[in-house]
Amino acid sequence: MSILVGPQTRLVVQGLTGREGGFHAAQMAAYGTKIVAGVTPGRGGERALDESVPMFDTVIDAVRETGANTSCIFVPAAGAGDAIAEAAEAGIKVIFCITEGIPVHDMVGALAIVRAHGAHLIGPNCPGATSPGANGSGTKVGIIPASIHLPGDVGVVSRSGTLTYEAVQSMTDAGIGQSTCLGIGGDPIIGTTFREALELFAADSATRAIVLIGEIGGSAEEEAAAWAAENLKHLPRVAFIAGRAAPEGRRMGHAGAIVSGASGRAVDKIAALEAAGFKVAGSPTELPRLLIEAGYKKS
Amino acid sequence: MKLHEAEARELLRRAGLPVPDGEVATTPAAARATAERLFAGGATQVVIKAQVLVGGRGKAGGVKLARSVEEAEKIAAQILALTIKDLPVRRVLVAPAAEILREIYLSALIDRSSRGILLMASAAGGMEIEEVAAKDPTAIIREIAHPHAGLLPFQARRLGLRIGARGDLLKQFVAIATGLVRVARESDADLVEVNPLAVVPEPELPGGERLVCLDAKVTIDDSALDRHPELEAWRDEDSEDPIDREAREMGIAYIRLDGSIGCMVNGAGLAMTTLDLVTRAGGTPANFLDIGGGARADKVAAAMRIILADKGVKAILVNIFGGITRGDEVARGLIEARGQQERTVPMVVRIVGTNAKEAAELLTAGGFATATSLDEAAEKAVALAAGGAA
Repeated sequence: MSILVGPQTRLVVQGLTGREGGFHAAQMAAYGTKIVAGVTPGRGGERALDESVPMFDTVIDAVRETGANTSCIFVPAAGAGDAIAEAAEAGIKVIFCITEGIPVHDMVGALAIVRAHGAHLIGPNCPGATSPGANGSGTKVGIIPASIHLPGDVGVVSRSGTLTYEAVQSMTDAGIGQSTCLGIGGDPIIGTTFREALELFAADSATRAIVLIGEIGGSAEEEAAAWAAENLKHLPRVAFIAGRAAPEGRRMGHAGAIVSGASGRAVDKIAALEAAGFKVAGSPTELPRLLIEAGYKKS
Repeated sequence: MKLHEAEARELLRRAGLPVPDGEVATTPAAARATAERLFAGGATQVVIKAQVLVGGRGKAGGVKLARSVEEAEKIAAQILALTIKDLPVRRVLVAPAAEILREIYLSALIDRSSRGILLMASAAGGMEIEEVAAKDPTAIIREIAHPHAGLLPFQARRLGLRIGARGDLLKQFVAIATGLVRVARESDADLVEVNPLAVVPEPELPGGERLVCLDAKVTIDDSALDRHPELEAWRDEDSEDPIDREAREMGIAYIRLDGSIGCMVNGAGLAMTTLDLVTRAGGTPANFLDIGGGARADKVAAAMRIILADKGVKAILVNIFGGITRGDEVARGLIEARGQQERTVPMVVRIVGTNAKEAAELLTAGGFATATSLDEAAEKAVALAAGGAA
C-alpha cells in the first residue's frame, strides 16, 4: 500500500491544457497514473493527451462522468485558490496543488472550504506525491521526476522539491525503496502538515521507516516531532533540516522559509527531532546510512 | 513588501481608522512647513520620524520631538542626514505628538499554525510583541478571524474586554480591530500591526478617551502585488539594491551574504542545503540564489551576472538537480555567460537529473570543473575559494 496516491487514484488534472499541465500529465500517465479527466473552463468536450483523456468545463462534471477522486492543479496562481475550492466542492477528497505564488489570503479561504468538505489538500507550491511501482505500475501525481524512485517501504515527506529529489535519489542509489514520497510544499499556509503526513504514514502497513525533510521557518517540524515521539516509536526515523546557515529575518526562496527572531531556527528543529528519536543527517547523502543505523532493514 | 510607516498609516486612514494628522517631508523646509501647519492647528509638540524600512530607528536617533517650528526644521535636517543600518534617510514623517495615557498593542497577521488570520492584542503596548511574549505570554490575547467573513464584532469585543476596554473605548476598539482585518484582507497584507494603539484624552467623547493608531507596520504579500498596482507603486526602489532589483525582475530569489563562495542552485530547499554544505566544508557562502524551476539559458546568464557583481566572490558553485529544469539548458547558459562576463572566477558545476548526460558533454567540452555528488561539489568549491585546484 501507500498513502494518498496509489492504484485507487482516479486523477483529474485541472489546467491540463496548459504547458506545465500537459507536460506533466503525460509524464504521470507514462508512470502508470490513471488520468481519467482534464478540466479547463471552455474546453469541455475536447480530448487531450493524444485523445486519451476527456476534457470538462468544471470539476463537478468530471467527477460525475468519470468518477475522479483525486485532483492535481496546475492552474496559474491568480486562479489556483478558486480551483482548490472547486475541487473540494465537487467532492474530490485528495487535492494536490502544484502552483507556486498563490496569494496567502486566497489560501486561507480555500483551505477553510477544503476542511469543511473533509478533503485532504497537499500543497500549494508542492511537487506532489509518488507511490513508486515497477514498469508503469506506479502512481505519480505532480512533478517529481519518475527516474529517482524505487518501489519499497520507506515513507518520505518533505517541504521542498529539488531537495527531496536529491534525498530520494541517494536512497534509490543505496537500494532503499519508497512506499510514498510526499512533498507538502514550502508556503506558510499549506493543506497537509508534517504531522498530518506522519499520521497517514503511521496508518499505512506498507511503510516501515520514515524520512522527514524539513527546513527553517515556522514550527511544523517541532509539532511533528512531538507527535512522533508518542506515536511513531515503532518505526526507524531519520530527518534532514535545510537552512542551518541561513541568516535571521530573510526569506530563503520559499515564502515560508524564514527565521523570525528565535523562532523557526534549524538548531531548534534538529534538537526537537533528535529528542523524538529521529537521527538527523548533516547532508541528504547521509540519509541512507542513518536509516540503516536507525534499525531499518531492506526488505 | 514592507510599507513605510507613512504609507502604512495612509492605508489605515483610507480604511476609516483613526490615524493622526501628519505629512511626509523630503527637505527640512518642507518639514518646517508641515510643523507650522500642525502648531497652528493646536499641536504643542511635533514628532519627526525617519522613514526607513528597519527596526530600531528610535535608538539610532531617527525619531525626535520638536517644540517649535525652528526646532522642527533643525531636527528634520539632522535626521535627513542620517544613515540608519546602511539605509540613508530620504524622507521624514512630521506628525503632532500625542499626549499618551496608555498604550495598547494590536495586530492582524497570517498565522501558520492555525492557518488563518490571527489577531493579537495586549494591554502592554509600546514595546515589541516578542518582548511581551518573553516576559508574560498570558498578556497576549488571541482570536482567529473567520476565514470568509473576517473578524466578527463579537470576536473583537472579546479581545477588547480582555485587555480592559470598556464603554465607548470598547466600541472604538471593535471598529479598529475589525478594520485591521479588513485592511489585511482587502490589501493582501500578511501583517498589519498598530503599536502603539494609543489612548489619548478626548473631552468630547463620553468616556473622555480616544484610540489612535500612532505607529503602523504593514507587509504586503509579494504573491498578491500583481493585483494591487496602487501598492506596488509605493515600492521604495531607492532602498532596494540595484542587484536585488535585477534579481527580483528576473524572477530569481537572491540574498546576498558576506562569504566568498557564490552559489547558483535550482529550488529553495536545495539552495539552502548547498549553503549548509559549503559551511560544513569550511567555506563561507556569498549568497543564496534560486534560479527557480524550468530556468532557461538567459536566466542562468543573469544569475551569473548577479553573483559576479559581488566582488567578494572568489569561487562559484553551481548545483542543479534537473526536474522541470533541463541540465543542458543550464550548461548552455553557463557557457553563454562565460563569454559575456567581465571577470572570471574558478567554478565547479554539478548537474544531475534531467538531461544530465548532455550537460556533462557540454561542460567537459567547455573545460568546466565538474562534480557528481553534492558533498564533493561543496568541498571542491571551498578548495577553489581558498586558491586550490578543483
